[in-house]
Amino acid sequence: MLTFIKGHLSSISGIEIFPIISLLIFFTFFVGLGIYVFRTDRKKIEEIKRIPLDEE
Amino acid sequence: MQVEKFSYDNKIVRLFLIATISWGIIGMLVGLIAACELIWPELNFTRYISFGRLRPLHTNAVIFAFVGNGIFAGVYYSLQRLLKARMFSDALSKINFWGWQLIILSAVLTLPFGYTTGKEYAELEWPIDIAITLMWLAFGINLFGTILKRRVKHMYVAIWFYIATFVTVAVLHIVNSFEFPISFFKSYSWYAGVQDALVQWWYGHNAVAFFLTTPYLGLMYYFVPKAANRPVYSYRLSIIHFWSLIFIYIWAGPHHLLYSSLPDWAQSLGVVFSIMLLFPSWGGMLNGLLTLRGAWDKVRDDVVLKFMVVAITCYGMVTFEGPMLSLKNVNWISHFTDWTIAHVHVGGLGWNGMFTFGMAYYLVPKLWRTTLYSKSLANTHFWIATLGIILWVIPMYWAGFTQGLMWKDFNPDGSLAHPNFLETLNQLRPYFMLRAIGGAMFIAGAVIMAYNLIKTAKQGNFLAEEAAEAPALVNPKQGHKGEHWHSAIERRPMRFLLFALIVILIGGLIELVPTFMVGSNVPKISSVEPYTPLELEGRDIYIREGCYNCHSQWVRPFRDEVKRYGEYSKSGEFIYDHPFQWGSKRTGPDLHRSGRGNGMNKPESWHYKHMIDPRIVSEGSIMPAYPWLMEKLDVSHTKDKISAMRSLGVPYPDGYEEQALEDLNKQAQEIYEAIITQDPEIKNARPDMELIAMIAYLERLGSDIHKANKVEEIETVEIVEPIDTAKTTAVDTTKIQN
Repeated sequence: MLTFIKGHLSSISGIEIFPIISLLIFFTFFVGLGIYVFRTDRKKIEEIKRIPLDEE
Repeated sequence: MQVEKFSYDNKIVRLFLIATISWGIIGMLVGLIAACELIWPELNFTRYISFGRLRPLHTNAVIFAFVGNGIFAGVYYSLQRLLKARMFSDALSKINFWGWQLIILSAVLTLPFGYTTGKEYAELEWPIDIAITLMWLAFGINLFGTILKRRVKHMYVAIWFYIATFVTVAVLHIVNSFEFPISFFKSYSWYAGVQDALVQWWYGHNAVAFFLTTPYLGLMYYFVPKAANRPVYSYRLSIIHFWSLIFIYIWAGPHHLLYSSLPDWAQSLGVVFSIMLLFPSWGGMLNGLLTLRGAWDKVRDDVVLKFMVVAITCYGMVTFEGPMLSLKNVNWISHFTDWTIAHVHVGGLGWNGMFTFGMAYYLVPKLWRTTLYSKSLANTHFWIATLGIILWVIPMYWAGFTQGLMWKDFNPDGSLAHPNFLETLNQLRPYFMLRAIGGAMFIAGAVIMAYNLIKTAKQGNFLAEEAAEAPALVNPKQGHKGEHWHSAIERRPMRFLLFALIVILIGGLIELVPTFMVGSNVPKISSVEPYTPLELEGRDIYIREGCYNCHSQWVRPFRDEVKRYGEYSKSGEFIYDHPFQWGSKRTGPDLHRSGRGNGMNKPESWHYKHMIDPRIVSEGSIMPAYPWLMEKLDVSHTKDKISAMRSLGVPYPDGYEEQALEDLNKQAQEIYEAIITQDPEIKNARPDMELIAMIAYLERLGSDIHKANKVEEIETVEIVEPIDTAKTTAVDTTKIQN
């Protein structure tokens, strides 16, 4: 689809920065998430994990 | 610590559960009728159930009535228990329930009558859109109210999915529903053409993500551990699953724009993110399935788990297929065919359908404090539904492949092997039949379930107020020293909401900002002019009859499409299209080049006969007949429509309203005369018929670019032929340039 808008996006000034920003956002986000997840306290994880089963 | 006594509200769960199953069966039946109409077009015997009006009713019913009520049933049940708190407000629960049912009822009372916005999966007209917003807000307040008065410090992962669902659906619905009302039942989309298409598919793509996926993943994280009686496989994985899923999903939208002249990086971004999406999706699927590790023997005996395992497996399959469909060389064949329809039904029937059934089999015995009436009936349901899905999707995959390849088949001399569109469609009839049988089996299963659950409820004793007790939560916001940021936001729901909103907005904005930039950058083609009043009325009839459900208005830059339909479509041709009508499926041929000056243009009299009975001029056609278009055209809103369009930026001259009706009658008279001149045997035509307006629109479609010497700034685009490059691609794309 949309064969027709060639060049319109490239006419937005500074568009080249978009993919780089995207990459940076993602890299930071996932590295941060990864670090957090692997540093979380095992005991707390076990506790939260059991919330659905602890109700009765 | 003081233990507080309270009770869970089971009545609201019961109401939503009954609604889920009832609307589910109705919505699926509507789908079955629509499927049969594609086999036996005579079934379109009345306007109210003609395919173009029925198909939106089916999609809206199964998405918003079946799955929607299923979400509420599951959330209202699990939320109270996960938070050890009754719902925030019984009144809001009831408003949420009855309001939602009224919305569904209003869909049933508007769509068959032709009141539609003409935007797929968002067809409901503006007053209903406002009602949806209000009901969604009621749900949100109830959700957050309950979270705030909880007795459990941490929000379990299921609740994160509910929060993300609430906030994202709100954003999607509001942005996509900007409309300009003409009357109580008619509005025009705020956006036009390309921009409308981009907003619509941003909505459509993410509606699948945040209405059909995230709430059900939340339910999975609650009900699978409950049914298996063991905690989720990996809570760490669930954290990664959640954030990466909601983060990535929003970015994948550009895969609906493949083969566009969007810059390469943007297309690639869409594809890359779609591929990346495979990882969180499968992370979630594996987390669900691995919860059953060491307990697979239970799956043999436990009906609830059986349904859920098939549901999660289907989720895995459909989220594998999605990224594959986003690859250009696959999309090249799959797009506009029944392949897409098969894809969504693996998700709809398999993931949402089977999971909902599993949840119902879990909830009814619990709420009515009894055991399931008949396990063997439930097993029958399981097998008939599973086989039904297989019988539904496999033929449609086959149909999609068949048709996609037939469209692209060339003779050695360079002519199309199947120049008549109907030739390709007629091949699909057996597959359509198998699909209908598969669908009927799936519905039969649901009816068996309804019977089984009614019997279960009858033998049991409904527990309306389930007593519970838990210690009060002392200052849930207080953490401990040195804890991680995520633990902190998990305890603070509002901060969590904000964080989730930011995460979805990053992707959303990066996708939408260029969208809006495109809106101001669509090159104008000076020969493209606003529709005449008659054409505008005809276009509204086209929308009313739901023609976009079978006909696209989008010729892609492929050798076969250019050969079959004519010049590929340009963005500048759609700037006055509020809403766009590109469609997403070709059960009939593309219509963008049906207007004057194009190779596929037909005379007025042909359209006249074709609309009254398609099979007179097109043997074997499965298009519905539209005899009701012989009624008188209602022109009471024509002036308002012109004014509305001008407000939306369509350049009608000031005061044109006063002249509009005169022009309309003049053009109608011309078309009428053309019809009776071309075919003197047509005796029953009149200039004031709706059909005349429809013909005016069809004769106009895609014809403006042929007005000589007025074309400015249309760039050429290479014809794309990704698979068989050996074949010639010599199609003249420069012919419309000066």
